Amino acid sequence: MELVVFIIAGAMVIGGALGVIIRSHPVHCALSLVLTLFGIAVLFIAQNAQFLAAVQVIVYAGAIVVLFLFVIMLLGVDQAEDLRIEPFKIQRPLAAVVGVGIVGLIITAAITSRNAFTPKPAVSPAVAAATTNPPLHDENIRQLARDLFSDHVFAFELTSVLLVIAVVGTVLLARRPDRAQAVTTDARKAPV
Amino acid sequence: MIAIAHPTTLYYLILAAVLFGVGVVGVMVRRNPLVLFMCVELMLNAVNLTFVAMARKLGDIGGQTTVFFVLVVAAAEVVVGLGIIVAILRRRPGATADDLDELKG
Repeated sequence: MELVVFIIAGAMVIGGALGVIIRSHPVHCALSLVLTLFGIAVLFIAQNAQFLAAVQVIVYAGAIVVLFLFVIMLLGVDQAEDLRIEPFKIQRPLAAVVGVGIVGLIITAAITSRNAFTPKPAVSPAVAAATTNPPLHDENIRQLARDLFSDHVFAFELTSVLLVIAVVGTVLLARRPDRAQAVTTDARKAPV
Repeated sequence: MIAIAHPTTLYYLILAAVLFGVGVVGVMVRRNPLVLFMCVELMLNAVNLTFVAMARKLGDIGGQTTVFFVLVVAAAEVVVGLGIIVAILRRRPGATADDLDELKG
């Protein structure tokens, strides 16, 4: 059963990923990206990461891709790119070689080290029960919350700082310079 | 054929490797900066898939916590990156990855 889910979701993931790099229209690329992200979310559910699957759909498909689409449409860059133009002759063969090489290296590393990882001994009966038995519906989110708010609470607080910085920086970057400021910067640039 | 009931962790790792490779090829081939960002997202998702697969194999929830942080950082990265792209494209419409020396002040 899980194999069927894996094959279907894997086909979604790879098909969407190929769509991102093959389609010439940026909007089509963004929609292919949605397909990939949903496939990843399905694979998360298949591996008992229900909370992350929900967050994946909400944050990636719901926020990030919508942001991409907003930028594509607001900036009017939604004309198709002519993929036959190849600025450097050797670029695509080189990219294919590098891509196949990286995939081959990672797969080789995964296969050769597949017996190197053993599950760490369970520290408490509750953890052992959670890892061996099929988990309850809220077991995943409870475990995740316990880990997040005990061991990683400092990093969790730092992410709030990161988000504030990102928002402020984006507002500064995307703001249209108002006219008076533009004039002063032009005047400053002029004598140079 | 060998009867394989469950996809093992190796299956997920191989799928993640292929996804990562597709993202790498996309970054090297495409010229639209928005599509470049999408390919970076593909690579981030491949790494997330690896983290979750290993979290299940090792029975350690820390992998899923890491994926949570990766999601947050990816969201922040996309927001800032798209802000930079908007600023560049507003100054110079139709810029591609070949024109990124626009970033110089």
